[in-house]
Amino acid sequence: MNFWAMQTMNSLSLGILLFLIASGFSLIFGLMRIANLAHGSFYLLGAYVGLAVLNKTESWPLAVLAASVGVPVAGILLQRLFLNRLHNQELPQVLLTFGFMFIFADLALYLWGGTPQTLPKPEMFSSSVRFMGLVFPAYRLFVIGVGLFIAVGLWLFLEKTKVGAMVRAGVDDSEMARAVGINVPLIFTGVFALGVALAALAGVLGGPIIGVFPGLDLEILLLALVVVVIGGIGSIKGAFVGSLLVGILDNFGKALFPEIAFFTIFAPMALVLALRPKGLFGK
Amino acid sequence: MSTAKKRISMVLGVALLSGALAPFLPNYYAGLLSEVLIFAVFAMSLDLLVGFMGLPSLGHAAYFGMGSYTAGLIALNYTHNIWVCAAAGTLAALVTALLFGLLVLRTGGASFLMITLALSQILWGIAFKWRSFTGGEDGLSGIARTSMGIPWDLTPVHGFLWLAIIFFAVMGALIALYHISPFGLALQGIRESETRMRSLGYNVWLYKYIGHAVAAMVAGVSGVMFLFYNSFVSPNYLSTGFSAKALLMVILGGSGTLLGPVFGSLVIVALENVVSFFTERWMMIIGATYVLVVLFFPKGVLGSLGKLTGRRQG
Repeated sequence: MNFWAMQTMNSLSLGILLFLIASGFSLIFGLMRIANLAHGSFYLLGAYVGLAVLNKTESWPLAVLAASVGVPVAGILLQRLFLNRLHNQELPQVLLTFGFMFIFADLALYLWGGTPQTLPKPEMFSSSVRFMGLVFPAYRLFVIGVGLFIAVGLWLFLEKTKVGAMVRAGVDDSEMARAVGINVPLIFTGVFALGVALAALAGVLGGPIIGVFPGLDLEILLLALVVVVIGGIGSIKGAFVGSLLVGILDNFGKALFPEIAFFTIFAPMALVLALRPKGLFGK
Repeated sequence: MSTAKKRISMVLGVALLSGALAPFLPNYYAGLLSEVLIFAVFAMSLDLLVGFMGLPSLGHAAYFGMGSYTAGLIALNYTHNIWVCAAAGTLAALVTALLFGLLVLRTGGASFLMITLALSQILWGIAFKWRSFTGGEDGLSGIARTSMGIPWDLTPVHGFLWLAIIFFAVMGALIALYHISPFGLALQGIRESETRMRSLGYNVWLYKYIGHAVAAMVAGVSGVMFLFYNSFVSPNYLSTGFSAKALLMVILGGSGTLLGPVFGSLVIVALENVVSFFTERWMMIIGATYVLVVLFFPKGVLGSLGKLTGRRQG
């Protein structure tokens, strides 16, 4: 019984992490039509930055802050200095982010080396919680809690605030939004930064669970792409549903059939592509 | 000179040049030249999708890898007959393309890119994890080159190089003719405007499906050649990283041109091997090259030169 409960918990925490990543990716794509292939790199950088700060200061709040604020700076530079030059050229923009994925990956390798590492858990959550005769690691519960909190916050921001409305306007029709007086370039940069911040935060949160190592950027990117294909590009709701689904599939796949685990992600993705190419909630 | 003759002579020109150089190259460089020629064909097959059909793929390694792995598994478990392995590898690539084609051809542009990326990376994951079948991270190794009907010994480096040159000449010529064949011209028409082609009565989806399968088959064959060149294959050759290298060759050389991908292959193989002498940071250099090419040379080197080297048809 505990096996199933544990695996479900692991699936949920992975799913929530994927949601943070995929929602950022979806927002950026939905608003700016940029498939940011460096998104996994931002996750990786967030994890490494968090690790570096934790090693120096042992302060979790500081690590989270450094990652969520520091990494987006790189994101903003990427967006303003490079992506903006290729305005409206979908394919070149994607390839540009892809080039940067290599650059970031090598930078991380250079700065932090090739050995896999894990982030230490915060003191407060490093124990276990007993509930109904089952044992859960407190940290995973924390991750799920934080993730849900952010998910709700994101929803509130997009649906209930004026700025959120501007973002949604930009997603629906950026020319009209500009015509109505919305500062679209500023919104672009803001959303890009937000998306990157979410990915970097996910990196820090996921650090104690997934660890951090070269190649993680591509692994995360792949999962995010599968989520987005299944859930539908540009849809936060789709990202949420897709993330939970992929979290469950990936986790149970690895636990039950480790050798052919990737099939469990492949099959649903192929199914969605065959039956509903735009994804479950795609626009 | 007719266009067909002109294009074939361009390909043969490159082959003859390689042939002329071959006897004088020390083993290391002869090996590299084989690699350049094999990857050139792979890059040309990718350009059949990217420049020719307007479908940017970051998953072409899937077909290359399927060709390699299948040929390798046949060679290790059944027969070393190079022709049987080649046929099996090409068939495997074709079947994969027929399956993937059903999934990916409903989209285009960035979506196509993302989906092909995901599909090939999933194949990578399967090869990586399925140790018992594919050798996992270690891949398949120890594959011998048996001559089987080829009148010279393939084992030494130069011996194989001659095969690689012939391979390049044949595949290159076929691709050159494919570009200007009625089927090929129809594909370019589809790239320019699907609606127009449809109103002319073409079954657009079927053309795309077949065109995609052709590109995959050529990739598969180059994968088989690579296996025998390298005597070894690993999941790396199914990965996005490898697809990306091929795409860079295409873009750098000039997508939509005949010899662009060949030039790209030469540059990237040279870059990788030279750069590794000086620094470990070649991944950053590849990334930076990507960025620079996309920003400043979007048409690629040969694309920018245009007229001289067989520009985009139509």
